[in-house]
Amino acid sequence: MNLLDIVLFLPLIGFLAVLFAPAASARMVAMIIAVAVFAVSLGLLAPYWYAQPTGWQFEHTAPWISSPAINYHVALDGLSLWLVLLTTLLTPISVLISWSYIKKQTSLFYAFLLLLEFGVIGVFVSMDLFLFYVFWEISLVPMYFLIGVWGHDRRIYAAVKFFLYTMAGSVLMLGAMIYLYNVSGTFDYVTILNGLRTGKINLSWDAELYLFLAFFIAFAIKVPLFPLHTWLPDAHVEAPTAGSVMLAAVMLKMGTYGLMRFCVPLFPGPARGLAPYIAALAIIGIVYGALVAMVQPNMKKLVAYSSVSHLGFVVLGIFSFTQQGFDGAVYVMLAHGISTGALFMLVGYLYERRHSLEISAYGGVATPAPWLATVFMITMFASIGLPTLSNFVGEFLVLQGAAFKSIAWTATAGIGVILSACYMLWLYQRVFLGKTSEGVADHMNDLTFREWAAILPLLVMMVWMGMFTQTFLPAVSVQNRQILEIIQPKTGQTALVLPAIAAPNRDRQGADPAPMRDRQVALTNRPDGASPPAIPLTAEVRNAR
Amino acid sequence: MPANYIPESVEYIRILPEIILTILGVIIMLMEAVFTEEQKKIYPYVTFAGLLAAVFGTWIASNNAGLAFQNMLVIDGFGTFFRYIVLAVGLLTVLCSAQYLNRAKANSGEYWGLILFSIVGQSIMVTANELIMIFIGLEISSIATYILAGYLRDDRRNNESALKYFLLGSFATAFFLYGVAWIYGMTGFTNLSEIRRYLLTADLSNSMVLVGSAAALMLVGFLFKISAAPFQVWAPDVYQGAPAPVTAFMSAGPKAAAFAMLIRVFLTAFGPISDRWEPILWVIALATMIVGNFAALRQTNIKRMLAYSSIAHAGYVLVAVACHTAIGTAASMFYLASYAFMNVGAFAVVTHLARKDEQYVEIDDLAGLAQRQPMTAAMMTIFLLSFIGVPLTGGFFGKFYIFKAALDSQFYWLTVLGLLNSAVAAYYYLRILVVMYMKEPGESTESLEPLSGGLLIAVATCAIATLVLGIFPSLVLDVAIASSNFVK
Repeated sequence: MNLLDIVLFLPLIGFLAVLFAPAASARMVAMIIAVAVFAVSLGLLAPYWYAQPTGWQFEHTAPWISSPAINYHVALDGLSLWLVLLTTLLTPISVLISWSYIKKQTSLFYAFLLLLEFGVIGVFVSMDLFLFYVFWEISLVPMYFLIGVWGHDRRIYAAVKFFLYTMAGSVLMLGAMIYLYNVSGTFDYVTILNGLRTGKINLSWDAELYLFLAFFIAFAIKVPLFPLHTWLPDAHVEAPTAGSVMLAAVMLKMGTYGLMRFCVPLFPGPARGLAPYIAALAIIGIVYGALVAMVQPNMKKLVAYSSVSHLGFVVLGIFSFTQQGFDGAVYVMLAHGISTGALFMLVGYLYERRHSLEISAYGGVATPAPWLATVFMITMFASIGLPTLSNFVGEFLVLQGAAFKSIAWTATAGIGVILSACYMLWLYQRVFLGKTSEGVADHMNDLTFREWAAILPLLVMMVWMGMFTQTFLPAVSVQNRQILEIIQPKTGQTALVLPAIAAPNRDRQGADPAPMRDRQVALTNRPDGASPPAIPLTAEVRNAR
Repeated sequence: MPANYIPESVEYIRILPEIILTILGVIIMLMEAVFTEEQKKIYPYVTFAGLLAAVFGTWIASNNAGLAFQNMLVIDGFGTFFRYIVLAVGLLTVLCSAQYLNRAKANSGEYWGLILFSIVGQSIMVTANELIMIFIGLEISSIATYILAGYLRDDRRNNESALKYFLLGSFATAFFLYGVAWIYGMTGFTNLSEIRRYLLTADLSNSMVLVGSAAALMLVGFLFKISAAPFQVWAPDVYQGAPAPVTAFMSAGPKAAAFAMLIRVFLTAFGPISDRWEPILWVIALATMIVGNFAALRQTNIKRMLAYSSIAHAGYVLVAVACHTAIGTAASMFYLASYAFMNVGAFAVVTHLARKDEQYVEIDDLAGLAQRQPMTAAMMTIFLLSFIGVPLTGGFFGKFYIFKAALDSQFYWLTVLGLLNSAVAAYYYLRILVVMYMKEPGESTESLEPLSGGLLIAVATCAIATLVLGIFPSLVLDVAIASSNFVK
């Protein structure tokens, strides 16, 4: 029983506690548990505070099912660390924004929120494929109910669509996992990875391709990658605010996390082979999502399509197979979680006041509610990718990484950045600026204390992530470098040896982080001949300061 | 059998559960003649106690495992496993039935006696090592079930159900018997092990047509009993028409027993010609899944929908049977065990909901159940999630293990299509969840009394068992794996 187990199972205990608590105190119990989980989860930072360890942290293995051999195996690394923290941060915030908005069946609502947290954390820390699948599906059930019971008008359609889309993709992943078990005799991720690396597990090219596709489709639906994205606008629009926040900020990351953790390292051959096509889909998603977002009359739908666009960056970064692309992908994942989560919250605030999601129902909101307008503006700038705010760093790195592969990728994807400014600024103009109509003025009061309390942590994070990249990047980079080394084309390598990383960077705020420089060297020495980075990575970080 | 054959005493111990249940069934029939209405209230308790005694008897019998009565019965791990399943289904059915029968004012001895006799028949089916014994067991079980399906004789739906079941069932059994006659004519044996030995040693090049036809004729009889396509048409009508607790009973108990005998006959006697029947079962498994799932999509009556769902689930089990490996057998055993719990649980909720004259059996009648009776809805949710195959339920692990067995046997396409089928199936189970959680309460849930008494115990037991099988599958799976290699 270590810290990670506690972080994982506390929400489950909370789920039961809330379920059986009296309805009136449900939200209080949920809040206490969610805050407690967040507080405990901060402890997970400890190994990463002064160093960038490469191995698994908080590893815990316990036998679960004897035959077939399935273990409860959880562990944390630089990739999952921040995603777990993002989840634990957003859950109490989701409880807070639902405080007065959710009126019917309240205990069930908060119980499902905590069950969702349990499932999502489980996805991020599972090191056993079977366990991963278990959590992957478990997270589906509470979200289905959150959308279906507490959503807007077309909630049932959206909930069923969400469930079926994900289910259809993930059953094939289950088949692929069983196949992997049958050839390797284990569900353990690390064992399979090492087996594939050393050639102990031999897959034919066909088998590898089909396995890759089975995993990839499951994850691509979740991301969602164009053209599998159609469930997302429905689910986002119909979900209650807390549901949208969790869906956008955390659940979509399950897909991209899966790509980075399983799809690419386990099946590097097909991943490399198909990378141009996947990158093309990602770029189409970036531009298409942005264009469609621009013409949406519904605020939530606009933000939903902007998610399609942002997540396209993540996929592009991953399938560029460069250090910058990987780092950027993770950074966009985190930054998108914060900024889009905040956008959904703010749209929710507007909805609670005016009871409409149509942009045309608003106008001149800035006059009666200046603070709301200010907060929205900061969030919007973060989402657009303004330097000094969170998304900029990630998108910059992704574009840089993509440029090493093809300058055309970067150029086309860059259109998405420009378009994001178009649709967000236009949205802001139509909602917050201009003449205040009477209908708006009557309803619009400024942010309440509770709303401030919910949004403030996210604002802080946006600035922090934009200014102090070094808080987050080292742990991630170390992990990404390891993944990149794993997926280098096989030239008769030996067993996966965890690469020793430069000496711990003790001065976290230091001007010249050592790992970054090391990485440049690693990149120039790559056998596959990827061009070395033209722009020193640290330049961007300095700019950001 | 020699004329002067005298069984040893241990052979009687090996059929202890059957002895207990038969005697009890007869006693209940006699009680019926002398008891007053008031005294009849003890039937459910007597039946329940008798079934518990039979569970104990099964345990004793399993400690004295072996062949009995000139190799006609074989009490092995496989048979014992299925004996436990049919007894568990019987116990749960008794719990569901008492309130239902009181409400219908139809609490009489026949019902309980017939349940017991039907279980005796199933218990013989799962331990029979000889085609004639299988036939006897099948008939005991079937005839009792035919009557049970039409038990409320004033209800026209019951009559329709019983008549259809009886006519089609007899027809199917005739096919089976015809197959037995052929194989006896061919080989001169009715004992499964002897037939196996014959088929292994004899030169079949000229007689393959005859052996194959005999196997096919028997397969028709079995496929009818497990409601596999294309012999599934009776199931929806019969399930819909029969009293809800009886439907719960027959969709779990006799079905599991029929699967047990299908597996035993085809893996033992017809094991040597598995390359002939494997492709047939492959196709039938797929067809069964597709027919069940796609027909269920459009049902509005919950009993009918669950009937189609039970067809689809038979398809999943057939996937495991088609593998004809030990792991496939273990997978089907595990699946049937977990299916018994989730299915009886779901039908118990339907029993609870249906009320007098089964007036509320539409899916829409569940509207708003989550608001009126959150616990009932939660338990129904567990069953539905298990049907869908969401992790941490018995249904998920069962499906997982079946498809693992299928991939082991290199049934790649069957696995892919089966998995996609289970995604399709999610749609109609979700519809029930939608109605329970996302619709406002209607007239039917407004007037619904809380779950109580035997029904509550039955539903709760099924829900807990479904979760336990999903979270700690090893408890049952290890037993299933250990007993998947039966006497050949």
